[in-house]
Formats: sequence, structure tokens, C-alpha cells
Amino acid sequence: MPDPRALHIRSTTSKLTLADRWDHILARVGWRRNGHRVAPGLYQLGRPSHDSPVFVTANYTLSFDALRSALSGIDGYLLVLDTNGINVWCAAGKGSFGTDELVHRIEASRLRDTVRHRKLIVPQLGAPGVAAHLVKKRSGFKVEYGPVLAADLPEYLQTRKATPQMRQVHFPLGDRAVLIPVELRSVLVLVAIAVFGLRLVIADAPAISDATFLAAVLAGTVAFPILLPWLPTRDFSSKGFILGGVVALAFVAASLWNPTRPALWLQAVDALTLVLIASSITAFLALNFTGSTTFTSRSGVRREMFSYIPVMAWMAGVGVASGVALYFV
Amino acid sequence: MIAASTLNTLEYDPDLCIGCAMCVVVCPHAVFAMNDRVARFARPDDCMECGACQLNCPTAAITVNAGVGCASAMMFAALRGKKQSAATCG
Repeated sequence: MPDPRALHIRSTTSKLTLADRWDHILARVGWRRNGHRVAPGLYQLGRPSHDSPVFVTANYTLSFDALRSALSGIDGYLLVLDTNGINVWCAAGKGSFGTDELVHRIEASRLRDTVRHRKLIVPQLGAPGVAAHLVKKRSGFKVEYGPVLAADLPEYLQTRKATPQMRQVHFPLGDRAVLIPVELRSVLVLVAIAVFGLRLVIADAPAISDATFLAAVLAGTVAFPILLPWLPTRDFSSKGFILGGVVALAFVAASLWNPTRPALWLQAVDALTLVLIASSITAFLALNFTGSTTFTSRSGVRREMFSYIPVMAWMAGVGVASGVALYFV
Repeated sequence: MIAASTLNTLEYDPDLCIGCAMCVVVCPHAVFAMNDRVARFARPDDCMECGACQLNCPTAAITVNAGVGCASAMMFAALRGKKQSAATCG
């Protein structure tokens, strides 16, 4: 077996340190989104021989760490592709986790000199970027698609066959909830501008509108990912309209106990304003969650945008107009 | 060519299928299944147009207008007048 140092093979372990876990937390809150990288190239895990399996992954720390920590007690090589610090599935969708980079990395790391076999275990979610038959033709290495989740690798390695369950992507509560901090962070600045802007225009806007709109934002970024499978309708926007509408109605109901308007019809216009604006805010945020899910298609999302964005714009527009009109009453 | 579903752009020509089952392997939503020696649609409505089957089909029996189902990426792309691929998170 050749000297690993001569082949520039780095070493890693399957143990995650406190620093790794801290890095994962920062990645999950969206801190320095492109800063969670490992160096691309070949790594050895444990004490591999020239017959040990080769696992391919992305140079995003969460991807690399999920792989190595799943391979506890297993000797092998990790071939890390340069995906600019993006996870396997997203990078495959853009092609940076792809045939070209894989073939290049096999050459650059001199993998042929390190292992005797000609097989690579590529994560299944790398397939949107990797053409297995072309990799074989160009590099001589046979791509074997492993399971979707690195955690299933130990079981997969026993038979080298993934069960149908391992081949399917699910989107369970935990996977949805872990996205909330990044969703929140992406709207934080917009919310600050909106609230500040509202205060500039209407210095004495009723506190209930602030509270309702904040609740609508939280409904779209926190409640929506959690409730996704249980909200009625198929489209994200209509789910959002419903969720935002319910939240706004709750505030309207609360305001009935403590009316702020002298006449009933004014109170009703007030309520309508809240419902229109709040539900369009939540619907818009819900539509934006499509990209974070594991199952939306481009043609589906495009169709949804064309049918719902005009509705959202009209509802928000009418809501703002009636809100401004009320101010002058 | 058989169109999969009114919900997406997936199409498949069984005459070109050589039965390698790569589409069954790579699909994250079990859209394809094997029918004796050729692939068939099992859950075509679930296609998310990731493009994995198209790219890994050695005989080009599958076509799909592959892309990412992300509304914000499409909005940014529209606002900047660029193609979607130039404006996504990756």
C-alpha cells in the first residue's frame, strides 16, 4: 500500500467534537452560510486497505460530518467533492456535485493508486448531478448509489442493497423544525423594515396591527413548517392563506372584547384589513418555503406563483388601502 | 412517449427501456417501479423534477424539464432578469 502522505490523503475520524457540533448549530441558524466547508479531496477513515469502500460526499460540514459519524467502526475512504460548501442534494441540483467534478476529483486524488477496486458509493441524492454510466466511461469507476441518509449506510453495507424505504425521501417533523431558524433569519430584516416603516407612516397605528402582522410572520416561518402536512389543500399558498387567516381571526376575536372603533362597521373594516394583510403575508412566506422542502417541482411552483402571487398582491393592496382609509376616518 | 402526469414535465418512452432499473434506484419519490423487464410509472404525480432519472438513464428513455421547485429562487431570477440557475442558493 502506498504511503498516504505521498498521495495527499488526509485523515479523519467518525467522532464529532464540540467544535463540530458548534459549527452545526451555526450552520442551522444560517450564520455565514457559505462558511461551513471542509477541504475537498481524499480522506481516510479508520485504517482502510486498498479493498476498502470509497464514499463520495460534498464539502459542506453537515454532509461530511453526517457521513463520517455514520461510519463509526468502518474503515474506508471519503472522497470529498468541491461543492462550494453546499450540501449533496442542492449541489447535485446545480451540477457542482456532478459528473465533471467527480471525474476530476478521482484524477486529482489519484484514487486509482489508492484502491484496487473500481467502485464508488455515491449518495442517492447526488444522482441529479451524476450520470453513473458517464462516470464509468470517463473514469472506469462504477457508481453505486447508496441510501438517501448516511445513517442507513451500516445496514446498506451488509448487503450492498438499499431497501425501498432507504431510497425514499421523507420530510418528518424534525427535518422541518430544524429549518425554522434559517426561515426566521431570512425574514428578520424585512420585518424590522416593515414595522419601522409602518411607524414612520402611521405613528399611532394600533398595537393590535403590529401584533397581528408579527403573528402572521411567525405563522409563515415557524408554524407553517411544523403544520405543513396537516394544513388542508395541496398548494403552499392556499395553505398559507388559511393559516394566516386563522391567526388574524384570532386577533380580530380578541379585539372584539376591547373595541377600538366607535361604530360596528368601522370595527368590521378594521378586522377585514387585518385578515387581508395577515393572510397574504403568511401565504407569501408559505410559498417561499417551497424551496426548503423535499418534494416540490419547478413546474408546480411556477404554476402556483402565477395563480397566487396576483391574489396575494391584491389582498395586501386592498388591506393596506382600507387601513390607510381607516386612519383618516 | 408517455407523459407522466398533468402536474409535471416527466415523460418516458418504454420502447427505449433496457431494464437497468437506474430510474427506480435514483428516484427519491418512488415514481418508477420495475414491470418484469422494463420500468413503468408507479407514482408519477409525485415527481419533483429533480432530473436524476433523466441523467442516469443510459438510453435517454426519460425526459423531464429538471429544475428546483423554489419560489424565492424564481422570484430573484425574475427580478434580476437572469436564469434561475444563476440565482439560487447553491
